Amino acid sequence: MKVPLQPQPFSGSDLQAPVPMAPYRIRLYRDEDYDAVRSLFARGIIEHAPAIYRHMLRSTRVQLGLLALFTAVRAVAGSWLLALAAVALALAATWPMMRSFSTSYVQEALITDLCDIDSSYMRAPDSCFWVAEADGAVVGMVAVAPPQDPAQRGEALELKRMSVSKDHRGRERRPRGRSRLRGRPVPTAALLKNHGRKEKSPSARPLLEIYSASGLLLASVPWKSGQLVQLGWTASEDLLCIQEDGTVLIYNLFCEFKRHFSMGNEVLQNHVLEAKVFHTEYGTGVAILTGAHRFSLTTNIDDLKLRRMPEVPGLQKPPSCWAVLTQDRVTIVLLAVGQDLYLLDNTSCSVVTPPGMSPSAGAYLQMAVSFNYRCLALFTDTGYIWMGLATLKDKLCEFNSAIRSAPKQMVWCTRPRSRQRAVVLAWDRQLMVAGNSTECIRFVLDEDSYLVPEPDGVRILSRTSHEFLHEIPEASQEIFKIASMAPGALLLEAQKEYEKESQKADEYLREIKDQKLLPEAVSQCIEAAGYEHEPETQKSLLRAASFGKCFIDKFPPESFVRMCQDLRVLNSIRDYQIGIPLTFTQYKRLTVEVLLDRLVLRRLYPLAIRICEYLRLPEIQGVSRILAHWACYKVQQKDKSDEEVAYAINQKLGDTPGISYSEIAARAYDCGRTELAIKLLEYEPRSGEQVPLLLKMKRSKLALSKAIESGDTDLVYTVVLHLKNELNRGTFFMTLQNQPVALSLYRQFCKHQERETLKDLYNQDDNHQELGNFHVHSSYSEKRIEGRVGALQNAVDEYYKAKNEFAAKATEDQIKLLRLQRHLQEDFDKPYLDLSLHNTVSTLIQDGHHKKAEQLYREFKIPDKRYWWLKISALATRGDWEEMEKFSKSKKSPIGYLPFVEIAVKHHNRYEAKKYAPRVTPEQRVKAFILVGDLEQAADAAIEHKNETEMNLVLSKCSATTDGAVVEKLNRARAQLLKK
Amino acid sequence: MAAHLSSGRVNLTALREAGRRELREFLDKCAGSKAIVWDEYLTGPFGLIAQYSLLKEHEVEKMFTLKPGRLPQADVRNIIFFVRPRLELMDIITDNVRREDRGRSPQRDFHILFVPRRSLLCEQWLKEQGVLGSFIHREQYSLDLIPFDGDLLSMESESAFKECYLESDQTSLYHAAKGLMTLQALYGTIPQIFGKGECARHVANMMIRMKREFPGSQNSIFPVFDTLLLLDRNVDLLTPLATQLTYEGLIDEIYGIQNTYVKLPPEKFAPKKQGEGGKDLPTEPKKLQLNSAEELYAEIRDKNFNAVGSVLSKKAKIISAAFEERHHAKTVGEIKQFVSQLPHMQAARSSLANHTSIAELIKDITTSEDFFDNLTVEQEFMSGIDTDKVNNYIEDCIAQKHSLIKILRLVCLQSVCNNGLKQKVLDHYKREILQTYGYEHILTLNNLEKAGLLKLQTGGRNNYPTIRKTLRLWMDDVNEQNPNDISYVYSGYAPLSVRLAQLLARPGWRSIEEVLKMLPGPHFEERQQLPTGLQKKQPEIIQRNFPRSRGLGLLSQRTQAAASGSRSVLCYGWWLGRQSRPC
Repeated sequence: MKVPLQPQPFSGSDLQAPVPMAPYRIRLYRDEDYDAVRSLFARGIIEHAPAIYRHMLRSTRVQLGLLALFTAVRAVAGSWLLALAAVALALAATWPMMRSFSTSYVQEALITDLCDIDSSYMRAPDSCFWVAEADGAVVGMVAVAPPQDPAQRGEALELKRMSVSKDHRGRERRPRGRSRLRGRPVPTAALLKNHGRKEKSPSARPLLEIYSASGLLLASVPWKSGQLVQLGWTASEDLLCIQEDGTVLIYNLFCEFKRHFSMGNEVLQNHVLEAKVFHTEYGTGVAILTGAHRFSLTTNIDDLKLRRMPEVPGLQKPPSCWAVLTQDRVTIVLLAVGQDLYLLDNTSCSVVTPPGMSPSAGAYLQMAVSFNYRCLALFTDTGYIWMGLATLKDKLCEFNSAIRSAPKQMVWCTRPRSRQRAVVLAWDRQLMVAGNSTECIRFVLDEDSYLVPEPDGVRILSRTSHEFLHEIPEASQEIFKIASMAPGALLLEAQKEYEKESQKADEYLREIKDQKLLPEAVSQCIEAAGYEHEPETQKSLLRAASFGKCFIDKFPPESFVRMCQDLRVLNSIRDYQIGIPLTFTQYKRLTVEVLLDRLVLRRLYPLAIRICEYLRLPEIQGVSRILAHWACYKVQQKDKSDEEVAYAINQKLGDTPGISYSEIAARAYDCGRTELAIKLLEYEPRSGEQVPLLLKMKRSKLALSKAIESGDTDLVYTVVLHLKNELNRGTFFMTLQNQPVALSLYRQFCKHQERETLKDLYNQDDNHQELGNFHVHSSYSEKRIEGRVGALQNAVDEYYKAKNEFAAKATEDQIKLLRLQRHLQEDFDKPYLDLSLHNTVSTLIQDGHHKKAEQLYREFKIPDKRYWWLKISALATRGDWEEMEKFSKSKKSPIGYLPFVEIAVKHHNRYEAKKYAPRVTPEQRVKAFILVGDLEQAADAAIEHKNETEMNLVLSKCSATTDGAVVEKLNRARAQLLKK
Repeated sequence: MAAHLSSGRVNLTALREAGRRELREFLDKCAGSKAIVWDEYLTGPFGLIAQYSLLKEHEVEKMFTLKPGRLPQADVRNIIFFVRPRLELMDIITDNVRREDRGRSPQRDFHILFVPRRSLLCEQWLKEQGVLGSFIHREQYSLDLIPFDGDLLSMESESAFKECYLESDQTSLYHAAKGLMTLQALYGTIPQIFGKGECARHVANMMIRMKREFPGSQNSIFPVFDTLLLLDRNVDLLTPLATQLTYEGLIDEIYGIQNTYVKLPPEKFAPKKQGEGGKDLPTEPKKLQLNSAEELYAEIRDKNFNAVGSVLSKKAKIISAAFEERHHAKTVGEIKQFVSQLPHMQAARSSLANHTSIAELIKDITTSEDFFDNLTVEQEFMSGIDTDKVNNYIEDCIAQKHSLIKILRLVCLQSVCNNGLKQKVLDHYKREILQTYGYEHILTLNNLEKAGLLKLQTGGRNNYPTIRKTLRLWMDDVNEQNPNDISYVYSGYAPLSVRLAQLLARPGWRSIEEVLKMLPGPHFEERQQLPTGLQKKQPEIIQRNFPRSRGLGLLSQRTQAAASGSRSVLCYGWWLGRQSRPC
């Protein structure tokens, strides 16, 4: 079996592809290995048996799974059987097993099975033995055998377990808590990515160094600021450096200073004693303990609101330990002073006692809150550990460690939805896992280590290594447990036999199928593959799943495909050069989007894009976003010319959908590269985005033409009003002059808001016609008649200038009329103002001022026809029939006499109407007679005209009862007419 | 409720639903009880999208009209302003908000919904007044194209013509383009755009630009519309000036249809009850909604009024025969069947009664001498008789001080049909109008001239006769009962814009290049690239008639025509209101 040495690069072959040869080889045990194996076994198990529980990786550059187990410097010491048990049975699940391992057992092993490896393992059923070889020497070994315990017989033995992390050097810290990246509270389990470290460098100036999780130095910068109390990471992967004076400096991943804030003035004198960075749904928070033994905290450093917690009564010395909790979205501080526990919320300080706490427990030395803030662990000076809910309402379990000194660190190690809860405690050289059991697991620490709790395990970081300790997930247990008969385990076995072309494959398969557990077996294999770090193991599990799938009808392929995709992504980011060793659980919690953000933050644009493309994310969410980030980074490269950068960006981005050039331009502008920003804006197709930025950059004129181009009048308005405030009036008008669209919109604005400006605008254009209109319009708002006349006179002048003679004359007439009306108003004490000429004359006639009416008729040259119409209707309204008759005889009516008839009829005066009917012209006479109701005459007229239509008209008006004679006459005439 | 929208060739319910969804989403954003303060102008158009019941479902408890001063008392959590983005309205809102009693508890939350578009300008204005912060949600509701009927979309923008031609404010064109983009998002990219006129060109340009602005939004809906035809109103000023003679047209001419509603004098609709007849006549005008949801109305709305009577009497006979059937119903089964049809029959009967009453009201007017004279003059002008002299009838009307709108319509009609009036004739009309109706109308006349409705003949050549002949705008042999040509809608005159649409469909505009050049503005053709797979192999050519169905609204594509086509041509243009409103 070959083990890949190089981590699979993302761009490389797919999961099934051949992998390069490694210098380490695992092969089946051969007789000549006998001595080496025995000494290896004996040495290892006696020295450091528990260390085998950890999956250790020592080589910095090489991701080693299983191999690392054997080659690890001292960890090699493990007993093979012990190793098997430890590996195959989950850490948390197998604590009781610990008893069975002892030196006596080792000796027993050496004289029994290891005496004759060949027959014990190589020939025995269900057993095997392998060794690991490096440079020809045996450096490791492993065996499988059915368990001794009959109860466990039948469960397959496999060496497998260990979700392996990358190795790395140095201490590491990582953000924990819930990421709020892009507004979504995603519990990040992000692997620790970076390592902030401050060391005294030879030059005596400390260095701030940031490492990736695989130990690659990302950046370093000489530390020039004050004394540091604490380092911590935010959810968006910024480094928080909390100084003694309460100042918090924020750096990005590349040691570039971003900003700083202060934790309050109070700390300036008192100093910060301790500080903690914590993560809640509100974001990343910082809590400090000041020299005055007071706590202050902020729950979100991006929206800084300092909260000073209430005083703890009688607190004379710093608390022995404290932690930040969050309950019901309220952030509280729990602290321990000697044997007392205090809970600080916003307003009060209360003493609390954990339920079920042993009375003889002693003083608290250490406390730990679980990743999700749900659990709390307390360590006392009697070595007693209390584990319970963070609400302090319930106890989960207790444990007595018998170690009285305070652990350097205590953290929770649980897995989401697992019922096993355990804490990991670290002393200088010792690591202890304690949980709901009377037994614990102990490991030896080789060097100073630092624990980082994660949602599904604990990272153990030391100067040379980076390990991950976790409870083994159920699916993996099922499959790899010794002699497991779980469907997944059988399926894996079946597939292996199948590859060997053995008929056993069929037997195993049948066994699963008989229980109808094949679908379960497949999903178990798929799930377990997710927890594997070693591509080879992932592959073999997926191969098993794929094999099993063939025997199921319509097995939905999504989960399998999805898992293959996820694993490829995971394997690619776990590469030491990338250094994001996420576990599957963490990756799922983090989501791809956040992962992409993190890659972008590390400026790993190509990888991010490849992942987007591989997962076929929609362009707008995926590739475009990343390209935009890239471009934003690009504009900050000051060493390149504007043209070069703009060109490079456009080359790469083109018009990829979802790219906002304006955002990139805004970034360029923020960096002080206005010219570049303008160049970039040229590529922005959306004017709505261009314009506000151009305004901000004070390129108003360019903004104006862009706004006009867009056709969005609102945008134009906005720019115009902006210009109005920015420029002086003259320049402003000149600018508008060249932009007719903007000008007419501004005119509209003036019409409603400032009419006087409108006049200036017209004046500037020499638009006399509009000026005339303007004056006419404003004459109506004048109260006094002189004012109106004045305004109208202005209008007349302007109309003349505009060569609009008609309008000028008409307005002059209007002035004349206005003056006349004023006189009339004075003379007759009646309102005449604002009547039209027609109404003025009409009113005059109605009031009997015929002379005046005549005068107006002549002065204003009212056409005869209209005057006649006007006069007769006015007279009729007045009821002055006498005057009407006189008028009708004054001369020949220019409108004929039918109107006289009509008007009289309209006023219900048939008698008068009849007077005029005979005078109507012959063509209209029939109509006139009908109007006055004289059907007989109408009939006569019609007959006289020999006009059939007219006859019919009269006939239609006749009623049979009263007008019998007329009807008869008409019918006769009609008949005669028709005869001809 | 919205059945009339799905009756046409294109199911417009989707558009209405999109509108309703957007509204609901906004209302749900403001949690708790709400009161809406309406920009009164918007209530009509909104009524076409959502009834009060929808608002009520989303906890709208009170509605007010936007006016300055203190907001009325209402025990609600949220106050939402539904407004057009206009500065003068912003001032009123500012006033409202400032007068809000700060001390009252619980505090009321303010929100603004801009219709149809959120405006940077207005927000800045509010900011300067210091009230912008009072508004929690400031959103836009893009109410551009409102589904009006199964075959009609409208922007319900009364002043669009005035804004475009008088004030050179092209805001409404921007909204039109936006609306067409929305339409394309729902019904697929329209592959061909034809247009005539400056504004049409501008709209098409904006559409192409908007498409470029969102390259990713390429939609993959199979296009429902083949062709989009954009027409400037000023290409065809004649049509809206002439009196409409279809049933619906006449209702609009006489009573005015607003947002599909018409208000009618109540006397004719009084319930006829024996005993107390005529005692208490309703005084409120009768309000009726007119759309194709009503079966009878759908049938007669576009008939020439002269053909309506016979349809109504035929219907009356059918209905009474149907009611008579009950006497023949003998078996229980027959009676049951009869009863089951009863609601439908009763609805039909009341609909018939309504339309008979309306027809009577209209008939009173159409048979009047004045209506006849007016129509005669219009038809003379349109057929090119005596358009270059002062018209006696117009003079007489002025002398008798008929309504100014009527006079202006006639004068403008004459001007359009004569390609402008001679100086002498124009000045005579203008003087007559000024003297009779008041000198303030110098501004009215000036506006009409600016908009091109009234103009001075320059160059001395009248090209209207050429246009009329080429496009066959005047048809002497009109069959009003069973029309075979669109000219029936004006009893002789075939609307120019309809002819343009017809000629575009067959044989294409190339055949009338000469005439197109005479009409104002450029004509153009744009093709929009469709995503592969959506191209249609051979576009079907359809013949379709476009009667002008109402004075206000968009060009309708009501169908007389062609069983052949299965796709629709979308026509789009500005129809000026009943008359350009002076000043």
